[in-house]
Amino acid sequence: MRIKCPYCGERDLGEFTYLGAADLKRPDPSSAGAPAAFFDYVYMRENPAGPLAELWYHGGGCRSWLRVVRDTRNHEIGGVGLAKPEGGAQ
Amino acid sequence: MRYSAFALLKNGLTGNRGWTPAWRKQEPKPVYDVVIVGGGHGLAAAYYLAKQHGITNVAVLEKSYLGSGNIGRNTTIVRSNYLLPGNTDFYERSMQLWKGLTRELNFNTMVSQRGILNVFHSDPQRNAYARRGNAMRLSGVDAELLTRDQVREHLPFADFDNARFPIRGALMQRRGGTVRHDAVVWGYARGADARGVDIIENCEVTGFRIEQGRVKGVETSRGYIGASKVGLAVAGNSSRVAALAGLRLPIEAHVIQAFVTEGIKPLIDHVVTFGAGHFYVSQSDKGGLVFGGDLDGYNSYAQRGNLPVVEDVAEGGLALFPNLARLRILRNWAGLVDMSMDGSPIIDKTDIAGLYLNCGWNYGGFKATPASGEAFAHLIAENEPSDLIRPFRLDRYAKGALLDEKGSGAQPNLH
Repeated sequence: MRIKCPYCGERDLGEFTYLGAADLKRPDPSSAGAPAAFFDYVYMRENPAGPLAELWYHGGGCRSWLRVVRDTRNHEIGGVGLAKPEGGAQ
Repeated sequence: MRYSAFALLKNGLTGNRGWTPAWRKQEPKPVYDVVIVGGGHGLAAAYYLAKQHGITNVAVLEKSYLGSGNIGRNTTIVRSNYLLPGNTDFYERSMQLWKGLTRELNFNTMVSQRGILNVFHSDPQRNAYARRGNAMRLSGVDAELLTRDQVREHLPFADFDNARFPIRGALMQRRGGTVRHDAVVWGYARGADARGVDIIENCEVTGFRIEQGRVKGVETSRGYIGASKVGLAVAGNSSRVAALAGLRLPIEAHVIQAFVTEGIKPLIDHVVTFGAGHFYVSQSDKGGLVFGGDLDGYNSYAQRGNLPVVEDVAEGGLALFPNLARLRILRNWAGLVDMSMDGSPIIDKTDIAGLYLNCGWNYGGFKATPASGEAFAHLIAENEPSDLIRPFRLDRYAKGALLDEKGSGAQPNLH
């Protein structure tokens, strides 16, 4: 498996570290349903067999966080982008 | 038919024409009392349902052939060297069942209690292993802390003075060892079949029929099968199958690789784990070294891994045993694991009446097979978990009662 980093080009998997699903939204701790929402956020996963948007860290290269869409059935990579838009605020 | 030395002699002298198939090829019946999905732990559960609870109108559905899934893809190690009380007691029950399994099933499962050595390489690691050993002994499980010289007696060829990872000693569980995994599949299948269980291969579940919160049966690639109770024992694919019933689980599917070398003369007498990296090894009776490492680390349903882990495992192996450097690897393969959010299994009822869950086995699936089957059978028969599996409840995540053996939190690729 190789990942095409937007800065560094196509690089070997060994340079990257995996975090997990990219589209988990941290709930607002002050909201009414926060305990249930946090349980869902921390523990429950879609875990799809198919395309999954994930966060990868390019520690062996440009040290960017990447958002990678990868098919979990065959490791085929559909798209790679930066986890946050260039120049965007945190 | 019963296997014995006499049967072997008799059939040997009569041209081996008297052997009968170990289990029947079954067509699914329209309705069963219990349908169990998954021909791994599911076979063990069906066996104990029939034997201990007298429930024999049971079908085990396997999507491919028996032994094609994780029960034939693991590295055959059995042990009960866990730290936390819920895990220690459960895996110890499994060790007790392993010990008598060949006699229980009248099938040679080649249980070999050759001992497992967890080698450590630093003082803090010695403390951590001593703590684990003490926890085991408090639960009545055998554990010994070996000195460096004692380890040398077992593994004279290891690299004791490796510059980065010198061997300081090891935690040993003498009753740990290996079991022939194929024989476990076949033995449980034969035992369940003999008690009237239908084993249906090449039958994939494609949906569930659920009415008013109660399960009525399963849709399969071989048609609809009605059932009062359905048990899911499909670790590796639990999220996929549970999603068919509308359930979400605290599980990620990951891939773990294993390797076997060409056969060599007896070299490694035990199961050995490297403490400073990801490598563990045992030698099969055929002579090949069977070894593996850690997860690849990303979600996967592909049943194949990638090269960085191959390299990592090989480096770990050579740091421990430099003399393996010239061995050739014959095969490597991968299996899917249900990584749960705390690294411990789940055996519980679900919110759907009559639907039971057995999943989240992480690295512990094979060694758990007998105890998991026994406990799952009890849960299905009595609709109530036995004391042994109360810590494995599904709601422990919401309640904060986690069984986090490694303390790494809800990050499955770190367990």
